[in-house]
Amino acid sequence: MVKVHFRDTEIERPGKITIRELIKDLGLNPQSVLAVREGKLVSNETRLGEDGEIKLISVISGG
Amino acid sequence: MGVHRCRKCAADSVINMPQHRLALCASHFVEWVEKSTLDFIGKHRMFEPQDRVLVAVSGGKDSLSLWRILLNLGFHADGLYIDLGIDAGCAYSKRSGDYVRNFAQNLAPDVRLHILDLASAYGRAVPELAGRRAGGRKKLCSVCGLVKRHEMNRIAHELGYDAIVTGHNLDDEAAVLFGNTLRWDVEYLVRQSPVLPGAALGLAKRVKPLARFYERETAAYAIVSNIDYIEDECPFSKGATSIRYKEVLNSMEAGSPGTKLQFYYSFLRARKKEIFPGYDRPDLQPCEKCGQATGIPGLCAFCRLTDPEKAGGQ
Repeated sequence: MVKVHFRDTEIERPGKITIRELIKDLGLNPQSVLAVREGKLVSNETRLGEDGEIKLISVISGG
Repeated sequence: MGVHRCRKCAADSVINMPQHRLALCASHFVEWVEKSTLDFIGKHRMFEPQDRVLVAVSGGKDSLSLWRILLNLGFHADGLYIDLGIDAGCAYSKRSGDYVRNFAQNLAPDVRLHILDLASAYGRAVPELAGRRAGGRKKLCSVCGLVKRHEMNRIAHELGYDAIVTGHNLDDEAAVLFGNTLRWDVEYLVRQSPVLPGAALGLAKRVKPLARFYERETAAYAIVSNIDYIEDECPFSKGATSIRYKEVLNSMEAGSPGTKLQFYYSFLRARKKEIFPGYDRPDLQPCEKCGQATGIPGLCAFCRLTDPEKAGGQ
């Protein structure tokens, strides 16, 4: 399972999918988030392993 | 389909920008952002290499990235942080200020960070100035905008900067454009531009060098440049109309890459053709108290807001 951090929450999702698929599975828009693994930005086309950790960062701000 | 290769060096890309048909690795992405910013500054004649500019920094990804980009490009860019006194149970302004101060610590000694503490300067911070009467968050956001515009202009004018530089990105601009178009608010449409020229009565020039980048690109620049920024939104912006507009535009962008870029750039081209003739800026006059330009006689909106006689009122 992959640990996903997003907005102060942590959830687990099955691995072996791309980050784009993960973002869509979570009901998010790929335009609205970026993925960071071990402190480095990674492309949405990156395929996740069976386990590991990924942080999704919302890029929408303002008011 | 696997990870795209960087167009410049064939390494794995960290970002794919379908609207430009461009995927880049981290170092070539930084290079692309900085060169594109320089081109945009030149194309819109925002400022010249010898100018001194004042970057309005909030602690967020856009303004800190902008400051870094301008310094990397060799511009004389100082920072201005306005402590708005927003707490909302999460010490928002205090934490934002900490990010700005932390960023500024590592800059060259000749780069200055100006800090204005609103409560110290005027006795009341934004939440108190906005009061608690009808209007709620909407009123607070408009007071916040008013305060920032007035104080940025005052400080830029007093310290002799050639331009105020803000970190608005293309998503910010497209969301404003979307709202103004939904309402056909022509007076605002006419004025929307990446360059707001200076004018008489000490009205400083205001420019937006990042207005050509999507929000995810400015965030990506901050991440790959190791800029530590406040990820949380302002607690008062949750559910704001502008964020809803951004989400709508992003939904369209996901299905049709380039939608936001085309929407904003087509507007800029149309604007050049003066599609709304007959709408000019209202005549400006000096505020009786602060001297800044105002559209109405007497005190400007900021001086009415900060009038000490109203300090106890709601």
